[in-house]
Formats: sequence, C-alpha cells, structure tokens
Amino acid sequence: MGSEQKRIAALIGNPNTGKTTLFNALSGLRQRVGNYPGVTVETKKGKMCCGGQTFELIDLPGTYSLSPRSPDEMVAVDVILGRQQGEARPDVVVSIVDAGNLERNLYLTTQALELGVPVVVALNMIDVAAAQGVRIDVQRLSQQLGVPVVPIQANKKKGLDALREAISRVALSLPARSASKDDTCLRCGLVGKTPFPEPFESAIAQLRQELGENVPEYLVRRLVLDVGGWTEQRLIEQLGERVRLQVQQVRERLAQAGCPVPAVEARTRYGWIREVTAGCIQRPDQRVVTWTDRIDRVLTHKVWGTLIFLALMFLVFQAIFTWARPIMKGISDGKDALADLLRGRLPPGPFTDLLLDGMLEGVGAVVVFLPQILILFAFIAVLEDCGYMARAAFLMDKLMARCGLSGKSFIPMLSSIACAVPGILATRVIEQRRDRLATILVAPLMSCSARLPVYILLIGAFLSGPGFAWWLPGLVMFAMYAIGLILAPLMALLLKRTLLRSETPVFVLEMPLYKAPSPRLVLRRMLDSGWAFLRRAGTLILASMVVVWALLYFPRGSGPEQPPYDVRIAAMQEDLDDLKAKGKDDAAEEKEQQINALTAEWKRQSYLGRMGKAIEPAVRPLGWDWKIGMAALASFPAREVVIGTLGIIYSAGKQDSDEIRDAANVADTPLARRMKEARWDDDPARPVFTISTALSLMVFFALCCQCASTLAVIRRETHSWRWPIFTFVYMTVLAYLGALAVYQVGHFFGG
Amino acid sequence: MPSLDQLRPGQRGRIDALTGNDGLVQRLMEMGLFEGEEIEVIALAPLGDPIEFRLGDSRLSLRRGEAARVHVSLS
Repeated sequence: MGSEQKRIAALIGNPNTGKTTLFNALSGLRQRVGNYPGVTVETKKGKMCCGGQTFELIDLPGTYSLSPRSPDEMVAVDVILGRQQGEARPDVVVSIVDAGNLERNLYLTTQALELGVPVVVALNMIDVAAAQGVRIDVQRLSQQLGVPVVPIQANKKKGLDALREAISRVALSLPARSASKDDTCLRCGLVGKTPFPEPFESAIAQLRQELGENVPEYLVRRLVLDVGGWTEQRLIEQLGERVRLQVQQVRERLAQAGCPVPAVEARTRYGWIREVTAGCIQRPDQRVVTWTDRIDRVLTHKVWGTLIFLALMFLVFQAIFTWARPIMKGISDGKDALADLLRGRLPPGPFTDLLLDGMLEGVGAVVVFLPQILILFAFIAVLEDCGYMARAAFLMDKLMARCGLSGKSFIPMLSSIACAVPGILATRVIEQRRDRLATILVAPLMSCSARLPVYILLIGAFLSGPGFAWWLPGLVMFAMYAIGLILAPLMALLLKRTLLRSETPVFVLEMPLYKAPSPRLVLRRMLDSGWAFLRRAGTLILASMVVVWALLYFPRGSGPEQPPYDVRIAAMQEDLDDLKAKGKDDAAEEKEQQINALTAEWKRQSYLGRMGKAIEPAVRPLGWDWKIGMAALASFPAREVVIGTLGIIYSAGKQDSDEIRDAANVADTPLARRMKEARWDDDPARPVFTISTALSLMVFFALCCQCASTLAVIRRETHSWRWPIFTFVYMTVLAYLGALAVYQVGHFFGG
Repeated sequence: MPSLDQLRPGQRGRIDALTGNDGLVQRLMEMGLFEGEEIEVIALAPLGDPIEFRLGDSRLSLRRGEAARVHVSLS
C-alpha cells in the first residue's frame, strides 16, 4: 500500500450548487480545514474511496469563474495548476453544475477544461430541474463536452457511486501524475477546449513565447483577459513593467481584430456552451411558475419582505441574547460547583489557586461563548441553506452601502450586539475581502451583552433614584447602545475610504431557488464553528485569563514575619465557616469584613495593583482614581471581569455580574454602596464617583476592545496579528478619547 | 435606449450593450449578462436599490450604479 501514489481530486462549482453537500457526502466525517498563506478563504480536505483507491478531495471555494481578481480567487487556479506551494497537482477536477441553470454553470467548467487536468461533471439537482420541466440528455451532453457527465442528487446521496466510478476511471486510466509542472501535457488533448477566435489564439501563443515557457498557458490567457486582474498584478511583479506594455498592445490588437477584451471571452464561451448544449436540453415552452417565484413575491416585497425580515432578525437576536442566557448561566454555575468541589479536595496553595481561579475560570470563559455561537450558526446555516440569506442581503444592501459595506454585513453586525465573537465568525458569508475585513474590525464596537452589567451597575448606582428624572436611566442605556450603532458604521466608512480602499466590488448577488434546509448540513456547520472557536481561539483566551490571574495573585507575601495573604485569608475563611456553623452571626459578619479588607489589601499591592497606581496620571483626566484604572486593566481579557475586580478592590467581597444584572435594586448591592462611599486618596472629602466619572467609565467600556476572545477570533479569521493589534489600538484610543471628552465636558458643567 | 436601472418591476427587455471594459463588465458577462440576452426586472429593494431581475434560468441582483451600465431595449 505504501508504494501506492496518493490521488487527488479537486471540487469546483458555482455558489448554491450543492457543492458543500456533495463534498460532505463524498468525504464523510473525516475532514480538515486548511488555509494557504496570504489568503482568507479556507479550503476543506477530505478522503474518499473510489474503486479501491483512496483520493484526497479538496473543496475549493465556490466561484462563478476562474478569472482571479484577488489572492483569494487565485487559490483555485493555483491548486488546479499545481502551483500552490505544498500541494500536488490534482489528478482530476470534479465540476459540480446546477442542472436547472446549466449554461451559466458550464461557464466555469469550460475554464476548468483549459487547465490541463481531466474533468468530471457532476450534474446536480436534476430532480429540481425536472420539476421545472427541464430535461437533459446526459449521454449526449457528455459526448458533446468530451468529458464524463454524471447526474446526481447530492442531498439524497443519489448517483454518488456512479460519480465515484467516473472519478476513478478518469484518474486511473491515465499515467500517474508526472513531476513536471508543464501544462502542455498529453492530457489536454483529451478534453474539449472552447475554440477561441484565431486572432486570439495566435496572440496568446505569441505572448506566451515572449513571456517564457514557465508561465502556464492558462495564466497567459488570464493575463490578457482579466483587465486589472490578479494575474496581471502578479506577473508584472514577477516579470517587470514590460509586461504591462505587452499586454496593452495585445489588447489593442485584439480590439482591432474584432475580439475586444473582456467581451471576447463571454461571447466565445457562451457561444460554445450554446452549441454544446443544443439538442441536450428540453425546456417547456412556457416558463413554469415556481415556488421560488411565489415566495419571492412576498419575501422581496417592499413592505411585507421588510416586515418579515425585521421579525426574523428580532428572532435571531432574541435567541442569541436571551435563549443562550440560561445555558450560559448553567455553564458558569457548573464551573463554580466544580471549583467548590475541587477546592475541598485539593491542598490549599498557589497551585490549587492557579488551577481553580486561573485555569478553570479561563476554561469557563471560553466555553461560555459556545451557546451563542451554536445558536447563531444554527440560524445562519438554516437561512443560508434555504436560500434566504441572499434575500436578506438584497433587502439591507442600500442601508449598508451608505457605510461602504454591502447587505451581507448586516447579520454579522446585528449579531455583534449580542456578542462580537459569533458576529465575527458570521462574516464568512461576505465574499469581498475588504468588506469582510471592515465588518470584522468594526463589529467589536457594537455594545455586546458583556457590557450590560457595567452599564446596569453604574446607571443603577449613580444615575437613578431620588433626584433623577425617571426617564434618565433608560436614556443613558439607550445612549450607550447608540454609541456603537453610530460609531461602527462611521468607522467602517472611514476604513473603506482609507486603509481598505478598493474599487467598489461588484455586487452581483445570485438569488438561489428556495429549498428545505438540510438538518445534517445545519448541524455540521454549528459543530464546525463551535469546534473551530474552541480549538483556535480557546488557548489564547485561556492564556490571557491566567496572566491576569497571576498579576492579581502575586506577590503573595506582605513581610518576613507574616505568612502570605492567601494563607491568612484561608485561615480566616476557616474561622468564618466555624462562626457560621456556631450561629454567631455578628462575629461572622465582622470576620467577613475583615476577609474583604485583607483581600482588598492583597490585590492593591499585587502587580496589577501597582500597575494601576503607575497609570493613575494617565487615567486621572478621565476622572478615575487608580482603583478604577486597575479594574479597567484587569478587564482587558474579558470586560465582564470588571464587576468582580471592583468588588475585590472596594472590599465588597465576591461579586458576580449575574447578581448585578438580576438585582432588584442595583443601588442597594454592597458593591454599589461601597463605590458611592469611595473617596479620593489625596482628598478624602471628595467622592470618586461623580456622574461624569460614571459616564466616562461607561463610555470607556462601550468603546474599548476589552475582550481577548474577540481579538483571538479576529486573529483566527484574518490569519494575521496585524488586524487584532489594529483593532485593539484603535478601539483603546477611541475609548480613551471618548471617556476623556465625556468627563471633561461633564466636569466643566459641574457634574 | 434605457438602461437596466430605469426599468420597473415587470418590464422586460433585451440587453443591447454593456458600457466599459473593466472588471465589473467582465463579472457581469461571466454571470451571463451580455448582448442579446432577455432580462426581466422582478423587484426593487425597500429603498429602491438594488434591483432583482431574471436572466435566463437565474435570478440576480445588481445595484443601480452597476445596472446603469447595462443598456436594454424594451420588448
């Protein structure tokens, strides 16, 4: 077996042709996701068995053509040409086409036929086409095209054996792949090439001679045909400026010869496709009115379509915002129960504290995102698979176009109001690289649910109650959300005008036929996204949680004659349990206060506490003392930590953001009372928290990217450290300036 | 000769020409938008943009700015 060569099959096809379904059906559960350097698209790989031979199946990104305009689109061409680093050239290309839209789908196939690798056409959705009265003579089509055509129904797993058989027949009847990368191998003669006009072919042959033989013929064609395309950019970089001039001359000559670029390609290919399919397709005389026609009359209707869309979005939002909450609470309760259980069994000391307060907390912080991610992806998978996603993008496009994005950015942005992590993962539906990047970079500006406890605490403690208008708390809360809703589109616009400036990408959106979503596909997408998050972002989140834990834990000792803080606190805790057991409530309360005071002392002298003091000059203009500064620092990995940190520093004991959220009267919680009592160290008469300080802190939290998970996911989705760092820096600067402005203005007016 | 963005839902026509020779035109042509093809506007999005239309066996959507480059003669 070891001597047997590994065979490779590459799968290509237009979007919405059932390519993913076919890939899953052929490769089963064993898949892995990979990506190539410098591109954001992912390619999936799986294994399939055809005729006793194991094939590696590569799922290339869905595309309408192999005319690359970006590095992302170049991947498919490079893989098939065998030019992708670390990837052997495929033995066979499987081109999946939609039987209901044969001509347009064959466009991509005609391009694939020129890449020098044998092609098998998988004719999918023959049942849907038949329902519309379209009949295809498969055998004749196969003869005319010169390649095997296999009718299949990928979703019902029909025709797959015949497809496997065709794949292995085509791949194995040929000599094993030669080591040479030359594309002028014998195999090209076996398949039908679109006959381009003679002037075009001779111009290509001549240009190829001028450029040198190591540029594959297909790329020479792309160089001429794709005005401003990626091939042009890459070859000019590789071979020098002279290429630009040569190409220009060729294009001018072709225009004079009646083959203007780029029209010559579409005319020639579609002309040939017409010839090939003539006599193979039977269509009804009268177009059948399909379900899609009827449904679209409602769903893309100005009024009804919009109302249904809004209702759907409300449902999605409600689901990630509220349905996920009980599950998230369950995860966090389970984590606490586990910590309590283990604390009783493990010896006290720094190691146990690291395990429980550092690592277990960190794992909890990772897992707690899963419910939201899974729920959002269930919705996205259903909406996409049934064909609605394109309609949603259609309805929202104008709105999003005003900030330089397209309709496809709407759902990721909306989801980010619940949580930026699933929102950023959801940007995968956006094909345009720059649009996707802009959406990723501004998504964390939306006020996510982790910011809510901070708003509730500060509004409850300092902006409500006697002396405040009844509508003020609601207004301030609304204002906090409005900051994100206004700034995110503005920032997107700014990015699209500067860093991510590009030609406005073409917004050609295909509205696929409606169909019932496949439960298998939906489940798979949910699990894939959840697993990808755990695997790639999890470790980073965990690490940052442990670092902050350590900065708050060390140094532990206060002097040579005193045991370390944690030992003293553990001893007091035992006393406290003792007192409680004996029913001495007053003494127990006093003990508890002592514990809180000692914990506060410990944390204030910790490294993070020292850092808080060191940065006090920087946060003072925001109206903060060093304790607030320290709490803000501690919440950089995860902003919800701020409640717990404030609880510790203000000696209010352990505080949970859920408690604040669920408290009937926030102003009465121990933390809120302590914060109201807080005074400046250097001016004990002056309270720390004024309205301006509370507002400045809220604005800081609204704008700052205090979320290691978000940064980890940005890193994962952009495959580069540049963008998470950029996001972190711009949002921190924005948060600082925003908080500064709010405090200074508020302070000026005496608040 | 009107352009595609001037058509109302329900109106049909035949594509006469596309303006320009850049990447946009190439993309449109790849999707099947070129001379001689029949086209029918189906709907407009809530804010009047983009436009949904039928072309051959597919339903596509284009923004007005792009649709303006597709010249159509009404049938």
